[in-house]
Formats: sequence, C-alpha cells, structure tokens
Amino acid sequence: MSDTPHASAPAEEPIQWTEIITPQQGWFDVRLGEIWQYRDLIWQFFRRDFVSSYRQTVLGPLWFVLPPLFTTLVMAVVFGGVAKVSTDGVPHILFFLLGVTAWNYFASCLTRTATTFTGNAGLFGKVYFPRLTVPVSVVLNNLATFGIQFAIFLVIFLYQWHAGAPVAPNWRMVLLPILLVQMGALGLGLGCMVSALTTRYRDFGMLVSFGVQLWMYVSCVVFPLSSVSPGLRWLFILNPMVPIIESFRFAFLGKGVIEIWQLALSFGMSGVFLFLGLLMFHHVERTFTDTV
Amino acid sequence: MGVVIRVENVSKQYRLGTISRRMLYQDVQSGFARMLGRPDPHEKITEGGAARPAIGGISDYLWALREVSFDVNEGDVVGIIGRNGSGKSTLLKILSRITAPTEGRVFLKGRVACLLEVGTGFHPELTGRDNIYLNGSILGMTRAEITRKFDEIVDFSGVEKFIDTPVKRYSSGMTVRLAFAVAANLEPEILVIDEVLAVGDAAFQKKCLGKMSAVAREGRTILFVSHQSAAVENLCSRGIMLEGGGLRFDGTQTEALRFYANSTGNYDGLLRDRTDRKGTGDIRITAIEFRDTRGNRINTMASGQDVDVLLYFENITSRPWPNLLVSITVKNQLDVPVFIHGNLYTGDTFGESIPSSGAFVCRLHKLPLPTSAYRLDFLIRSQARGAEVLDWMDSAIEMPVEGGDFFGSGQVPPMIDGICLADGSWRLTAETTPDAAEPQLVPG
Repeated sequence: MSDTPHASAPAEEPIQWTEIITPQQGWFDVRLGEIWQYRDLIWQFFRRDFVSSYRQTVLGPLWFVLPPLFTTLVMAVVFGGVAKVSTDGVPHILFFLLGVTAWNYFASCLTRTATTFTGNAGLFGKVYFPRLTVPVSVVLNNLATFGIQFAIFLVIFLYQWHAGAPVAPNWRMVLLPILLVQMGALGLGLGCMVSALTTRYRDFGMLVSFGVQLWMYVSCVVFPLSSVSPGLRWLFILNPMVPIIESFRFAFLGKGVIEIWQLALSFGMSGVFLFLGLLMFHHVERTFTDTV
Repeated sequence: MGVVIRVENVSKQYRLGTISRRMLYQDVQSGFARMLGRPDPHEKITEGGAARPAIGGISDYLWALREVSFDVNEGDVVGIIGRNGSGKSTLLKILSRITAPTEGRVFLKGRVACLLEVGTGFHPELTGRDNIYLNGSILGMTRAEITRKFDEIVDFSGVEKFIDTPVKRYSSGMTVRLAFAVAANLEPEILVIDEVLAVGDAAFQKKCLGKMSAVAREGRTILFVSHQSAAVENLCSRGIMLEGGGLRFDGTQTEALRFYANSTGNYDGLLRDRTDRKGTGDIRITAIEFRDTRGNRINTMASGQDVDVLLYFENITSRPWPNLLVSITVKNQLDVPVFIHGNLYTGDTFGESIPSSGAFVCRLHKLPLPTSAYRLDFLIRSQARGAEVLDWMDSAIEMPVEGGDFFGSGQVPPMIDGICLADGSWRLTAETTPDAAEPQLVPG
C-alpha cells in the first residue's frame, strides 16, 4: 500500500484508510465481498421487480404462468402437430413446457442482465453501490419466476404420471439445482459481457434481442438431440445450452441423450463465461458513466 | 482531528464527441498497442492542463479536473464553489465513486454517503414504505438501520397518512419530501452533498438547510458542492474554489467566496483568445467594455445608472450583412437570465456594410439590477443567412453592479427581494374597488 503521507504534511503515522479510489483497478480485483455487504440492496431490488412487475394488470400474477403455457401450446401445435417433430414418445405438453420453462429462465437471465448499464444509467450516475447487485438480483428474480413456472410443470407432470403417461418421479431430479446454477451462471456471465460491451457499442444490445431468439432454435428446445443426425451432434454439444436442456429431459422425462462429459463441458463453459463476464463487468463499471 | 479525505493529484479526462464506428477499430488498435507495450497510436498529447486543440478549435479530449489535491479533516464542513464547468460535479462524482479518476488517488476513511439527487431509484409503483427501504438500501443503509430510523423518516417527511400508497399517487412535493427524509437520516462518517438537494417549497427548503446545519454541528465531515453561495455560507467552515478543473483557492468559506467574487471570470473584457465560443466567426467580438454616459470606461456599475456596453468586433468578410442581429443577455449568479437586449427588439439596424472593425454599442437606460455580480452573454446572428450564428459566447464578461440609487430615494431593495428593479411610483386615490359597486357575478 503506497499511502505515503502528503508532501506538505510532516511525517506522521500512516492513516488507516478504509477506501482508496484509484484510476484503474486490476482486471482481477472483483470485490465479491462487497456484494455480500449489499445483500439488503439485492433483496430490495428483488422485491421491487417482483412486486412491481404486474401492478395494474387485470390478470396480475397469472402473467407469471400464462406466457410459458401459451408458448407451449403453440409449440405443441406447430412443432408437435404440424411439423411432427419427435418428442421421444413423451407427451407433447410436457416435452415443450419443460424446454420452454428452462429456456425462459436462461434467456431472461441473459437479456435482462444485458441491459444493466444502459437501463440503469440514471441510477448509476447518481449514487454508488456495487453495480453487480443489479444483475444478481435479476437472476434471483428469474429464479423465483422459474420456481412458479416450474410448479405448473410439476402439477401437469404429476397429472400425466397419474394418467399413465410414460413419466415418473425419479432420483435424477436432484440434478435440478445444478442445472439452475449452471444456467444462471451462463446467463449472468453472458449478460454481464454484453452489458459491458453495450456501454460503448449499442450494437450488442440489438444483437442480444434477436440472437436469443435464434439461439433457442439451435438449443434443442423444440426438438430432442436424438433427432439430430449423429454426425452433427458434436456441433450441438458445443452449444452449452444443449446439454442443459437435454439434462432437464433426462432428469424429468427419462429421455435425452446426454453424457457426463458433455454436461461437464457445458458446466465448464458456463464457468468460463461467468468469469469473463464478471471481469468485463467490473472493468467497465468504474467509468461507464463517461461513455454510456 | 485526523485527515479523513485525501485527494491526491486527481485528474479526470473526458473524451468528447460521439461514439462512432471508427472507435471500435481505434479501440482494438489501442488495445493491441497496449498489449505489445507500444505507445497508443490514438493517444492525444496534452500539455499545460489544456486539451490540445485540434483543427477547428475542437479537441477530442477535455480535462474536467487537473491535478487537484487537498485534505479534509474530521469534522470539517467544506463548501466547494466554482462556476459551471469548473469541475465541481466531476470532483463530486469521483468522491462518490460514480466514476473513476483518470489520474491520481483519493483516500477515504470512514463510510461515505453521497447525495447527488434525492429519491434516486424511487419506484412509482411501490408504496412510500417500500420506497423508503429501497432508497435507503441504495444509499447504503442496511435493513436494520432503516427499520430503526423508519419512524423518524416518516415523521420528517410528513406523509404518514400516505405511507402505504404507491408513490405515483403522491404530489411531486410529497415525493421530494419523502426522498429528502430518507437522505437526511443517513448516518455516514463523511457526507458529500450537492446543494441542489435543498428542494421543495420555501418552508421545506428551510427545514432541509436546518437539518443540514444540524448534521454539520454534530461534528460529521461534510463536503458541500454549492451552486448558490449564499445559502451555505453560514454552514461551511472552509471553502475550496475550483476553476477550469484546477484548485484555485482553499481557505475559510468567507475568504473563498470573496476570492470567488473577485477572481472568477473576465474583468478586462478581452475575448480575442477565448475559445469557448460558437459560430462561424465571420464577425467576431474581440473585447467588451462598459462606459458611463460621459464615455469613461467603468468596471463596476451602479443600479439605475445609464451604461453603454461596447462590443468590439472584427469582420473578416467583405460581403454585405443586411439584418445583423446583435444581443446581450445579462445573467445573475444562478445563471438565470435577468434580461436580454438586442437590436431585434429595439428595431435598430446597423446598415448593410459592416466595417472590418468597430464596436456595437448598446445603451442601457437606468440599469434595473440590484447590487450583485452578473455576467453577460452575447450573440451575433445574421437574419439574412438563415439565422446563422456568427459569434456566441456564454459568460463573456463579468458585470458587477454595486450601490447606486435606482429610485432616486436612496433606498434600493436587496437582491433577495427580487432579481430586478422596476421603475414606477406610488400614490393614493379615493376610488373604491369596482366590485363593491357592481353586483357579484354568481357562477352557474
């Protein structure tokens, strides 16, 4: 620490500074401890977004579950009914609902953290707090939304099981927390990268909004990996979302082609993206008000 | 009394202009150069604190702060003063960690709370109660702290009855009061405040300033960025004056204010070398001078005096200038325009052929300004050429008004009672109110 006394001041015992503001901090000086100090703020952001999201709507909290249900319905008709996409013998509604619920969680983590800087410029320009609290609260928020949507899935799942569909609760479901953490990490990481880049180049914001749409179609949400020709599968495996969606199917529907190394690869990629995302986010957060 | 804030050679550079497609390319180039340890091909060479002027007098970089250093001791209440663009806001942003300095370091001891705005992060859909928690958390309070302070905050804001109503139903005054109440109950060791915080109606403003001085008396360290010097004069024990991004003065608040009044701005009226102007420059003002009616040059004028304002110009063109519009705007210390005067309004014209040099003279009759410091902007436009601006400058010259006898009675109202003076007279008549004689109009 080079907090040498001021030139004009006589030699005195060094002052115990609690905070030193320097021009450029190292890339790796991400202060995660500070996030923990601001956990109350994360909670407040979480609460704000959750409470305010469906205020002054007629259907209110129903909006949490309507979008995935309708998407599933449309997919079941278009891909299941018209295009006759294979669902590995799983009831269409379960197949698509699971994929959509999982995908929505990831996509929403990504798109909503991607606007962290541009969407909060006014707030960030007026007061300091660890900027990472915003994306973290967004991920938690999406986790809660996922919880609600997943509960609907479970209800339909149990009903189908009861009605004799070829699905049943099983031990593989313990994979769920791992998959959620992984998707959150991937969404947060990529979102942080995009939000950091968007402070200078708005193009990345544009890219995300339609990129996520396209990404869904190559992430085995609307078709199983088993329907992909074996020669092309390796390409799909490079998409970290494919093993995750397939794992979901494997865990809850008993179908899905997934090998442990594929999941490990996806897990590793998520970790790398999260790491890079945090670095880029931190690098930008200290000066972004000058460029945004 | 130890040092709690140490600002050490802090500089801040801003890049001007818009972010363009070229920038990505340049950024990549600069990045590679850095990686390879070569000099950045896009770095601008600056010297002497000023941005290097590029072609056309516009440079890409601006030093908003230049090597500012000072210490603040525990319990100091420091007012930071300076004109617009002097670097006050930048300093505030660096101290509050909203942006990082380009050079230099800031050392802080203790928890710092910065208030640049009240009600940051208020969400209209949430209730007053929720917003207290949200806003308090944003300002760095923990949940427990807010709960402990909750009643005090609600009490101070005076919105008890509506605490569970969404803030979007509040009047703007109520929102501001609630927001200030949260801010006022922060308990950091160091408080950095932007003075525009004292908002709302007069009564609430008084309450805010009262709260601020109470906080100051508690022995907490406060940095006050002041825009209207008078309001904080009594609050601050020390004054720091910034000018052009540098520290110009550091002393007691009274001294700093006196220094500010005497030293800021342009008193000699020479404008030839000033670059803070806009316009084509076809006709350019080179100097401004004030004269009394006998033709003597004056630096300070008196209320009620007749004053000539001479705008010396250079005309580098030889073409005719029909419909040349020249105007001056007099602004007070708060940058509020008090009046504008121009030949557009008086109907005077200068003729088509403008000599290569000369002066536009504006005669102000009976100067309607109370004692205070003013500044003068000028603007030259050519109405014939699509209202093209030939030369424009903000705060071109200081215009101190002192004393004088506007009404001829020896009585002049102070500035606080009104920003301008109006000529007139009073008498008494025996007429009664018109509505006492006529029947009242009944609505409906």
